[in-house]
Amino acid sequence: MSGYSTYKPQSPFMQWLERRLPIASLIHSSFIAYPTPRNLNYWWTFGGILTFMLGVQIVTGVVLAMHYTPQVDFAFDSVESIMRDVNYGWLLRYIHANGASFFFLAVYIHIARGMYYGSYKEPREVLWILGVILYLLMVVTGFMGYVLPWGQMSFWAATVITNLFSALPGIGDPIVTWLWGGYAVGNPTLNRFYSLHYLLPFIIAGVVVLHIWALHVVGQNNPTGVEPKTEKDTVAFTPYATVKDAFFIGLFCILFAYFIFYIPNYLQHSDNYIPANPGQTPTHIVPEWYYLPFYAILRAIPNKLAGVIALGLAIISLAFLPWLDTSRVRSANYRPAYRVFLLVFFAAVIGLGYLGSQEPTGGYVIAARILTLYYFGFLYVILPLLGLFETTKPLPNSISESVLREGSPAGASAPASGA
Amino acid sequence: MTDITSTSAKGGPASGHGEGTRRDFLYIATAMVGAVGAAATLVPLVDQMNPDASTLAAGGPVDLDVSKIEEGGQVVVRWRQRPIFVFHRSKKTLDTMQSSQMISLLSDPNSEVVQQPPYATNWHRSIKPEYGVLVGICTHLGCIPLFYPDASATTPVSNWLGGYFCPCHGSKYDPAGRVYSGVPAPYNLPVPPYRFVNDTTIRIGENPADSPAWDFSAIRQL
Ligand code: HEM
Ligand code: FES
Repeated sequence: MSGYSTYKPQSPFMQWLERRLPIASLIHSSFIAYPTPRNLNYWWTFGGILTFMLGVQIVTGVVLAMHYTPQVDFAFDSVESIMRDVNYGWLLRYIHANGASFFFLAVYIHIARGMYYGSYKEPREVLWILGVILYLLMVVTGFMGYVLPWGQMSFWAATVITNLFSALPGIGDPIVTWLWGGYAVGNPTLNRFYSLHYLLPFIIAGVVVLHIWALHVVGQNNPTGVEPKTEKDTVAFTPYATVKDAFFIGLFCILFAYFIFYIPNYLQHSDNYIPANPGQTPTHIVPEWYYLPFYAILRAIPNKLAGVIALGLAIISLAFLPWLDTSRVRSANYRPAYRVFLLVFFAAVIGLGYLGSQEPTGGYVIAARILTLYYFGFLYVILPLLGLFETTKPLPNSISESVLREGSPAGASAPASGA
Repeated sequence: MTDITSTSAKGGPASGHGEGTRRDFLYIATAMVGAVGAAATLVPLVDQMNPDASTLAAGGPVDLDVSKIEEGGQVVVRWRQRPIFVFHRSKKTLDTMQSSQMISLLSDPNSEVVQQPPYATNWHRSIKPEYGVLVGICTHLGCIPLFYPDASATTPVSNWLGGYFCPCHGSKYDPAGRVYSGVPAPYNLPVPPYRFVNDTTIRIGENPADSPAWDFSAIRQL
């Protein structure tokens, strides 16, 4: 795709630099002239929000690391001293702890957006798979971060999650011992989790670069799922997308700030303000809210190995979406049946999240089993079949046509023409 | 690679009859040495995460005087960082363990899966029936099961017969640590190696004289 303008260095210094390191023209073509579909809605701002949140986590994390002690006897107290003694320590920790939640909120919306508008379809498969990898890395990073304050939930979450590997026949127990560096979760475990929690966000940043690179090769999808055909279908990234992203990041931050300043512990478990006690399991272990749907799937299945496999498969299956979905129409707006099944799928995931937070008894287990069945049924039965049988709505000829048909004319620069 | 070999072939003896040249041999040999070297480098990088010498050294045997435990009571000691339940079972508990009602609920009532040393592979899964010795780690995902020795209509669940209940995902075990069927935990609670050093003292972490070689890591799963 061609851009709107090409970068021509003006000053002698920029011309000198351009011949040695063409970074300014790279930035110009990627973030200024880069053409974005003109009909993007606010669901498309979550990529920017995610990049912003990664920055927030890295900045607050590096600062927290200046005051945190990764040693079982001091970790809990060092976090308490961040809260009470360090200047603005409470703020930095609340930003980081709630930041993880908002990071996950954004990634779930971002993934749901991709599923609704069929953004994983040809030619965006690699872009999509890089996204699933980013999500997996976030899951691991968030889990290891949660262990660091070394409260009761930290300790027992570490125990339960690392024990998932013990389900693997034969190699399970050696793997778990290796992960722990001892016979149980202990100081070696805390130390290595700290090291990896520091490292992984930078790996994430690296994969984000690949993700954006892939995005800029294939271009953005859009609410119609029809590829841009002429220049009339796109607008320049700057100012259109930049300003729109910035505006929505602002709104997102208002909600984020509300949590930080008014209900900073709303998403935390009070048990994590009790120092870790390896001799006593809390009566009700629940992971952070963003893992609950998968936790519910794990508990819905009464067989340990099968439960762990289902948990893993529930996440990994997302990577197969480009091939599970057989329909060539991207956007759910033109796939009435898919739209209904997909919205039920989103509801099922939220329902699983609720069930994951409840005690696993009687009716809750049965409900979790039904929703788990739907989760996999949607991915492995409904998606492949639907593409073969569904009658889709007619697609617009082009993005600009759809924009002009739907409402008032979008602007003088876009005459109504089909092309 | 083709380019380089053909260039080299110009200067060297004739080749290209599908035969490997001496240079091909060098490439393959170099690559193989490199691969072996890379694999050898991985060994320390991976193995450093295993339990270190001090952790292993701290895993020695632990003694406990069981005569101090009142009947129906349980003491928890630590061996290799793991909680060990030592339960002084009452006559009533021993009867429950043998009742057909209890046995019908269990997934492996005869302890066929190796989750205990041979000297504890019996109906009471211990050396002396009145003392149970178990690793107190749920075979599901590692929580510490709670001790509810007495039968109860309501606690921790309805029609409870007595035993252990895991709060994390609801696994149930009988007083001998045998797991119920239909719960997430797959295996019975492990029995650690232990022996009576005298009539009243057990030493956890050592086998009795008659089966000295039994290795705890032979159990199916912790
Ligand atoms: C992908 C980005 C990141 C995520 C999702 C994340 C997530 C988390 C979470 C959930 C916690 C536990 C918060 C609590 O309950 O107190 C935590 C703690 C911590 N994180 Fe991160 N983190 C990220 C990046 C980083 C980075 C880049 C660093 C350091 C360079 C860092 C350093 C720390 C430290 C020192 C703690 C312990 C202090 C505390 O508990 O507040 N984090 N992280
Ligand atoms: S850890 Fe005991 S039931 Fe899951």
